[in-house]
Amino acid sequence: MKKAMMVLTALAFGLASVALAAYPERPITMIVPFAAGGPTDITARIVGEHMSRTLGQQIVIENVAGAGGTTGISRAAASTADGYTIMMGHMGTHGAAPAVYPNLKYNPTKDFEPVGLAAGTPILVVTRKDFPANDLKGFVAHVKANGPKLNEAHAGVGSVSHTTCTLLHSILGVQPNRVAYRGTGPALNDLVAGQVDYMCDQIVNLTPQIQGGTIKALAIATAERSPALPNVPTTKEAGLPEFQVSAWNAIFAPRGTPKDVVARLNDALVKALDDANTRKRLLDLGGDVPDRAGRSPDALAKLVQSEVARWAKVFKQVGGAK
Amino acid sequence: MEGLVGNLTLGFATALSWQNLGLAFIGCLVGTLVGVLPGVGPIATITMLLPITFGIDPVGALIMLAGIYYGAQYGGSTTAILVNIPGEATAVVTTLDGHQMARQGRAGVALGIAALGSFFAGCVATLVIAGLAQPLTRLALLFGPAEYFSLMVMGLAFAVVLARGPILKAIGMILVGVLLSTVGTDLDTGEERLTFGYGPLADGIDFAVLAMGIFGFAEVIRNLDYQETRSVVVRAIGRILPSLADLARSAAPILRGTLVGATLGILPGNGAVLGPFASYTLEKRLARDPSRFGRGAIEGVAGPESANNAGAQTSFIPLLTLGIPPNAVMALMVGAMTIHGIVPGPMVMTKNPTLFWGMIASMWIGNLMLLVINLPLIGLWVKFLTVPYRLMYPAILVFSCIGIYSVRNAPEDVIFTAVFAIVGYALIKLGFEAAPLLLGYVLGRLMEENLRRALSIARGDLMTFVARPVSAGLLAVAVIVLVAAVVPAVRKGREEAFKEE
Repeated sequence: MKKAMMVLTALAFGLASVALAAYPERPITMIVPFAAGGPTDITARIVGEHMSRTLGQQIVIENVAGAGGTTGISRAAASTADGYTIMMGHMGTHGAAPAVYPNLKYNPTKDFEPVGLAAGTPILVVTRKDFPANDLKGFVAHVKANGPKLNEAHAGVGSVSHTTCTLLHSILGVQPNRVAYRGTGPALNDLVAGQVDYMCDQIVNLTPQIQGGTIKALAIATAERSPALPNVPTTKEAGLPEFQVSAWNAIFAPRGTPKDVVARLNDALVKALDDANTRKRLLDLGGDVPDRAGRSPDALAKLVQSEVARWAKVFKQVGGAK
Repeated sequence: MEGLVGNLTLGFATALSWQNLGLAFIGCLVGTLVGVLPGVGPIATITMLLPITFGIDPVGALIMLAGIYYGAQYGGSTTAILVNIPGEATAVVTTLDGHQMARQGRAGVALGIAALGSFFAGCVATLVIAGLAQPLTRLALLFGPAEYFSLMVMGLAFAVVLARGPILKAIGMILVGVLLSTVGTDLDTGEERLTFGYGPLADGIDFAVLAMGIFGFAEVIRNLDYQETRSVVVRAIGRILPSLADLARSAAPILRGTLVGATLGILPGNGAVLGPFASYTLEKRLARDPSRFGRGAIEGVAGPESANNAGAQTSFIPLLTLGIPPNAVMALMVGAMTIHGIVPGPMVMTKNPTLFWGMIASMWIGNLMLLVINLPLIGLWVKFLTVPYRLMYPAILVFSCIGIYSVRNAPEDVIFTAVFAIVGYALIKLGFEAAPLLLGYVLGRLMEENLRRALSIARGDLMTFVARPVSAGLLAVAVIVLVAAVVPAVRKGREEAFKEE
């Protein structure tokens, strides 16, 4: 019965778009603008695996890392808009990038066909384990009093940890010393060792350290607590409701990709996010899976617009990416 | 102690299942083959094979990926010895004496001693991880930015000793290497440096690009210079396995190399890179006749190869106990674990004991397999040397280009390699050596970033480097090494020993 329904749907779809009935007839390349093994890559692989099944063609992940993800997105934006090259964009590449990279080769709001939001990873504020404050209120007071004396670690200009802590600093109006690392790993290492005072980063990178007690989590920057870390209060509960940010990952196609192709990709994405196993794998990582309304191309277009505006304001306020 | 035995029993029970044994074998075999291909490193391989592991249980998947990792380390040495192309930073040292041995018809011996040394080092490193992983973690945490800076300074001091030719040329090459490492986006400000506004340079020059070009391709051009003296097919192959005299000569270097490599491997932030360099320096300093180094001294292969493998393995310690990946390959392993629903961290040992101990047991099994795979293969590898060079060099170039492309999926990198090949050829002709340049390149970036980090944390106070005891100790060693190389009396002896060829 179910199969018959699927065949019917497929037939109806085929009639609606005769020219593209065959799409996809060969494997699809999804460009991930970060190294393999990172949060965006993992999200792409988990979602892409299920989408491949719906589309009947393999989605091949190609990691093109560099310049905070903008290298890969620049390349993907310039590729043929036939639906065979898509990309996993990200809060950085499609939100903060224009504010961080003045020579950016693409325009996040104009050069893409949004396909849909895949999953986000919430941001946490964490400190070394012997930091004087134990909750977000105490942290805010301490940072406001000792701002320039504190060391904040981040994973490089334009990284998630850098942009999100920039947001935090702009809200608090503080200017602590910022120490740059090449990636989250070494930054986290120095936080565990107590060389630096605090950092902001994605939940998936931090959960094991928090559970192991080697660092302290003060708050999670989402509306609701995460099932992965039920004891960590939200920024809303902890008294800093303005600090709401998530490292969202979303699928985009180059501008000019046919509407039917985008619809087909969106359909596969929606099905992947409805699949119990795929959902569980994303949630286990501490990820946020968008609700039905949040997965449409329109919702993503709006998100990109509001994010670009928000980061432009934040970076203007702190006086550039430095 | 009883706990350790119990844990290891659990580990072996996991690792010795038929499925896991098979996966370890596949991993080691694939790793070896891939490592032999110039340019295709473990990162590219693990990335490509990641989707295949989705269907396997996590322990098996990790055992296979780990096998690829040390298999590739190992295969890289084969290429370094046979055709003088270091696929990885750690194989640069192996080219120095390993390839010289091959040119003298002792390729089999060099490969054999590399295999045996690596096996011994792997066994020791496995025991170190099993018994001391937890306390050793503290050592990793002891190293802050200041300590790393001093460690890298010490490494550069080693580079001076490493050189065969005149000391001034060596220092010049180190500085060029450091300069090349500064190309790209500045970490602190996000500004581009030395990129001339050219996009593909924004992330700097990849190590594989530099090493392939300046070492590998340049070597190919040089070999084509004269039909007769091309380095690869020179003499009869000679014996395949090391003789007892070779073993006796290598025993102490293997022991020392293991110790040095294992210690440096624990440090996050790519401390393992220094292992082979440090071991080579040590052996050259201890040797009764240092002039043999660079001309096919077996100690110059045995020590660094052991250090390399020991470091490759102990670099799992920060990952397994802290959950923090110390280098790019380990970061990929974290990704693999995460995809399988295990996020590595301080809890992995208690929460997933089968995974933790299974992996440790599989390391030892993997080392045994590498020996089993590689000793018989030596005969085959050595036969490659008898392939006419006119057939061999196009194959080397093609595989290298594929390898380089696979590192970053960037076509520009292949072109950069061609440019560096011309530079490398010019350097050979002018009597400059590439090894110090590569070391300068590898250490330069780490040194600069840690210098700025340390100064940023200390608010610009230079005293931080001497006020911290570990950092001060490392700097002292660097000064001693440099003084020994520069003091006129020593230098005189040195110049006699290392006259330009």
